[in-house]
Amino acid sequence: MNSIETVTTPEKPMIQVNNVWKQYGDNIVLERLNISVQEGEFVTLVGTSGCGKSTFLNMLLGTVQPSKGEILLDGEPIPSEPGSDRGIVFQQYSVFPHMTVLENVMATRGFERPGITGYLLGSAKREAKKEAEAMLEQVGLSHALNKYPHELSGGMKQRLAIAQALLGKPRILLLDEPFGALDPGIRADMHELVLNLWKEHKLTVFMVTHDLKEGFYLGTRLWVFDKLRQDPQAPHRYGAGVTYDLPVGQMDKAVYQQIDDHLRPVPELVG
Amino acid sequence: MKKLINQTPAKSLKIFLGVLPFLLLLILYMVGSEARLEVNPNDKLLPSFTQIGAGLERMALEPSKRTGEYLFWQDTASSLTRLGLGVLIAASLGLLIGLLTGALPLFTAWLSPLLTVVSLIPPLAILPILFIVFGLGELSKVVLIAIGITPFIARDIQRRTQEIPAEQLVKAQTLGANTSQIMIRVLLPQITPKLIDAVRLSLGAGWLFLIAAEAVAATDGLGYRIFLVRRYMAMDVILPYVAWITILAFFIDVLLRELNKRLFPWHSQGGKS
Repeated sequence: MNSIETVTTPEKPMIQVNNVWKQYGDNIVLERLNISVQEGEFVTLVGTSGCGKSTFLNMLLGTVQPSKGEILLDGEPIPSEPGSDRGIVFQQYSVFPHMTVLENVMATRGFERPGITGYLLGSAKREAKKEAEAMLEQVGLSHALNKYPHELSGGMKQRLAIAQALLGKPRILLLDEPFGALDPGIRADMHELVLNLWKEHKLTVFMVTHDLKEGFYLGTRLWVFDKLRQDPQAPHRYGAGVTYDLPVGQMDKAVYQQIDDHLRPVPELVG
Repeated sequence: MKKLINQTPAKSLKIFLGVLPFLLLLILYMVGSEARLEVNPNDKLLPSFTQIGAGLERMALEPSKRTGEYLFWQDTASSLTRLGLGVLIAASLGLLIGLLTGALPLFTAWLSPLLTVVSLIPPLAILPILFIVFGLGELSKVVLIAIGITPFIARDIQRRTQEIPAEQLVKAQTLGANTSQIMIRVLLPQITPKLIDAVRLSLGAGWLFLIAAEAVAATDGLGYRIFLVRRYMAMDVILPYVAWITILAFFIDVLLRELNKRLFPWHSQGGKS
């Protein structure tokens, strides 16, 4: 169960995680995390709820700091607050409710410029509008430019959130259960969209999901977060780590079944 | 027969039920007034509608014998100016304090305890201080209204700002936004409709402070007039003045509500995304 299969990484990694621990009081969430990621990889993070996969994503995002150890981005410690090199799409509340679809995406350009208000004027505004429209075309929202987010369906909102994030040209895209609230059919469309955008924009993607199937289908690498040790008397005594680190596309059904039995994120099994 | 909790009135019944209490009160007043006037035609407590009409006509349509002004309209203008100025100052200060303490943890730590304590001071208790410091003129009345409702608005705006999902703030940062851009482009537009709501809620208190200040020291104003004519038991003036204040309060509230709907269409439909 604890056999850790490592992906061999000859080049200098983009992200290097060195012995990272995270604890809240006595509750140890993550322990002894050592892992590295190359530029351009698509990593899917799965695990039971409370296993620390979102905590790890938030560390990459900069909203949570490790209790011990360090995370390096290009050899430097990763910034301890969110920044424009790391884009994010949350499950909800990712877009601004008071802006139309077009304004939401144009806001990215406004925020990029140094300034007090973040409003765009004149030629900068026209330029941003053109770029935003092109980006919205790419995610399939051209028909809804002047709608407000509350008029959009869940899937459309997530498309908007992705368009917004991508216009900022982040190197890393973080997805925190982005499709968790969507219907299965729409989810398949979103998978295709994310895969296309990942290839086209040469992103490094981290996606947290509780759907193992999603992890097997998307991306290049699957991480399973789980506790390395168990103490039945004190479940919070030990934190979770990455118990499986698998290259996607080279796994057989038995491994899937093994992980699935352990996590039970979805009842049905895929072929 | 459905349970009472599941019974909803049809539209016509709903209107009838709503109007009924007003009608009952009106009839009750008319009956009472007539009964008293029959016993004593000079009774001042419950004047008839004719007497009220005459009182209102004297105040609104005839120039005052002493000053030559139309007192009713002058009182209205003075009171609304004081109320408007006081509320405007309170809304601006409340927005500034609320936004800063809601968005920036350092400001929360710095100003929140003070705000809590200040909001506990009964504003009317410091009215004498205001009269001593600012004199008996317009300023002290405006300041009373401002001091009276600023803490409420500031605390409401602080809470509303904190209610905006943290995801939005993180998202803006990942798009490259700095602190002031987040406050001006993300928080401020979402807080403005809440500010209008807070002002609507605080207007009742605003009227209270206005009338109290006018009652104590003023030379005109709706509150001043009511307390002045009380000496002559001029119910034929007091009653229409009270009705007029109620109507003004009602229409200001409707106006603000419509303004909110017009200016912020995304707000009334409750978008949080």
